[in-house]
Amino acid sequence: MKDDPLHSEAFLARLMREQLRLSIACALAFVVALVALPLLNYLAPDLMARRIGGFTLSWLILGVLFFPYVWLLSWIFIRRSLALEAAEAAAAKEASGR
Amino acid sequence: MSPALAALGGIDPWIAAFSLVTVAVTVGMGFWSAGKSKSAGDFFVAGRSVSVGWNASAISGEYLSAASFMGVAGMVMAVGYDALWYPVCYACGYLFLLLFIAGPLRRFGAYTIPDFAEGRYDSPLFRKIAVCFVLFIGFFYTMPQMKGAGTTLAYIFPGLPYWAGVVVVGAVITLNVSLGGMKGITLVQAFQYWLKMFAIAVPVFVLAAVVGHYHEHLGANRTAREAGRAVPAEVARGGLPAKAPADEQWIAPFGRLTTKAVDAAIAAAPTAEAKAALEADKRPYSLLYTYSLIIALVCGTAGLPHILVRFYTNPDGVAAKRTTMWVMILIGVFYLFTPVYGVLGRSLAPHLYEGLGAKGTDKVVLELPTLLAGKDLTLLGSVLSGITCAGAFAAFMSTFSGLLVSMTGALAHDVYGRILRPESTPEQRLRAFKWCAVLIGAVSILLGMQVEALEINFMVGQAFAIAAASYFPLLFLSVWWRGMTMPGAAAGMLGGGLSALAAITLTSVSDVAAAGARKLPAAELAAYWADRPVAKALADLWASHPLARILCEQPAIWAVPLAISLMWLVSRATAARVPADIRMKMLVLHAPEALGLKQEYIMEHEGAVHCFDGRARRPPKPGQPNLFRF
Repeated sequence: MKDDPLHSEAFLARLMREQLRLSIACALAFVVALVALPLLNYLAPDLMARRIGGFTLSWLILGVLFFPYVWLLSWIFIRRSLALEAAEAAAAKEASGR
Repeated sequence: MSPALAALGGIDPWIAAFSLVTVAVTVGMGFWSAGKSKSAGDFFVAGRSVSVGWNASAISGEYLSAASFMGVAGMVMAVGYDALWYPVCYACGYLFLLLFIAGPLRRFGAYTIPDFAEGRYDSPLFRKIAVCFVLFIGFFYTMPQMKGAGTTLAYIFPGLPYWAGVVVVGAVITLNVSLGGMKGITLVQAFQYWLKMFAIAVPVFVLAAVVGHYHEHLGANRTAREAGRAVPAEVARGGLPAKAPADEQWIAPFGRLTTKAVDAAIAAAPTAEAKAALEADKRPYSLLYTYSLIIALVCGTAGLPHILVRFYTNPDGVAAKRTTMWVMILIGVFYLFTPVYGVLGRSLAPHLYEGLGAKGTDKVVLELPTLLAGKDLTLLGSVLSGITCAGAFAAFMSTFSGLLVSMTGALAHDVYGRILRPESTPEQRLRAFKWCAVLIGAVSILLGMQVEALEINFMVGQAFAIAAASYFPLLFLSVWWRGMTMPGAAAGMLGGGLSALAAITLTSVSDVAAAGARKLPAAELAAYWADRPVAKALADLWASHPLARILCEQPAIWAVPLAISLMWLVSRATAARVPADIRMKMLVLHAPEALGLKQEYIMEHEGAVHCFDGRARRPPKPGQPNLFRF
């Protein structure tokens, strides 16, 4: 049983690498925003204090726009991640001849 | 009934009616679901058959606690922009959970976090450590919920003592949990999410139509560059009391919340040069504080045990991922509304700045709708404030019920079912669940009655920081790094969690002592600490090194890396103890369910304690050995 391709080291390594790559790409997009906003507030306070329809730019980003940004990231992640799972399952079944 | 009726004397009938209906519906749903929850699987993980929509509503309902419902709005009103990080990170922390933890954790097929801890490392000892941590974080998070219940009830029904609210809410939820377990609670929490959403959104729309919109009220606050700008004509602003922060500090980043430590040090500095030097440190330290707060909230959200246990109620890993996305949307929409109360409150209810905590800005959500009375809309104001009170009730009831289920699960499943009586039958475990619920409910009520003097934010912050520095690194590395060993995991979890706890305790000791100097409620505790030399020494340390104070108050920025490095170093040193079948474990965590690997894992480990799966969709075939113990 240990010899079939499903249980091979190569299969597990590829499985984890592909999923982790996707997760890290999405996490980076999120972390960049988390790091950048305080940094912009720190380095460019005048820019971030500009008014956009009553809101300051900084308040608009953090209090409103941050939420849809994260929803978008999670939607992209789920679509890609499920597609990846389906592809892996199909490939593994084919390889093991089931 | 007569003393209760007497207490009801001065109360708006609408508020009383809405609050009572919320409690009645909660109890009613508990009894209704009691008939539907029969097996132990129903009680521990709701039969693992909760659909995405229900589970997402239930997780959101559980997560939005009293601190979210009232505390976030109050904090935005009190400190302004910096407080926005709380709702944003509370909601967005789920992204880390989604990206790295939710799917694999569900696939592993354990019942509780301690199950996962034992299953992943083949170590019963680690289960015991993990159980202690679940209970520990659980009780820390329970105390502020109890305090929220006591103070809110005392606000809604003036004259009612603090302990009455704690006892009423504790008893109602304990009854519900022991009647219906996880399955019953899922239903109640899903209902309570929609109640909270309704209660926070409807008053915002009505208020905006009557007293002016979010952006207009925000626009009334001048930034540092707009000193001479006129306030928009639509906004009728009350005069701000001296205690309120000035406009330009309130609306801009790096305000009062993040500069508190340096401000205190400046006030204590002996010379003008020292004051100037500290003044120069103020902004960089504020930036550091902000980053540490972000790390604590994002990683803490991904590591709260009572939230994680809910992912086991999904049918599979795909559903767990979809559920997480919906949770982020449901919670995010809710948190879009809460800051509106803080902004409107600053313009319309500035008298709240005079009070403290539950008597001050924390009650802005309950107080704002009553302002409609001044606009000849008395009835509408009463109805709306009845609705927000019902929302507040739902908030602390649902979070406490979630905590109670996860702690009861840990006690009944891990301590009784696995450690004390491994040979017990499912019926015995079911009975144990009910008794454990009553026991933990009683302990929670007793603890809740002791914490009237402590601050809600301190206690919630403690729970988040400990979770961020213990469970998050544990789960993240356990799932993705196969070189992790039990000693490494335990060293990192305990090292990170306990050092974060110690750091926060230091700040709270000196805070309580300082509060005594100002004759605040925590009198006895404060008097005790004010006399200790340690409090004096700490106060001196904070005054000379505000950076130390910031790092102790917000420990995540060093505690999370500390936990991760401990895990890495100790695991490397004990590399021989990596479980022999680690490749199989990793496959179970990461392979798509379509491959059916979980079944094989169960077969290979026949009889091993951590391998079971009570999924409703695939019941064991007759004749197959009973691996599905529950």
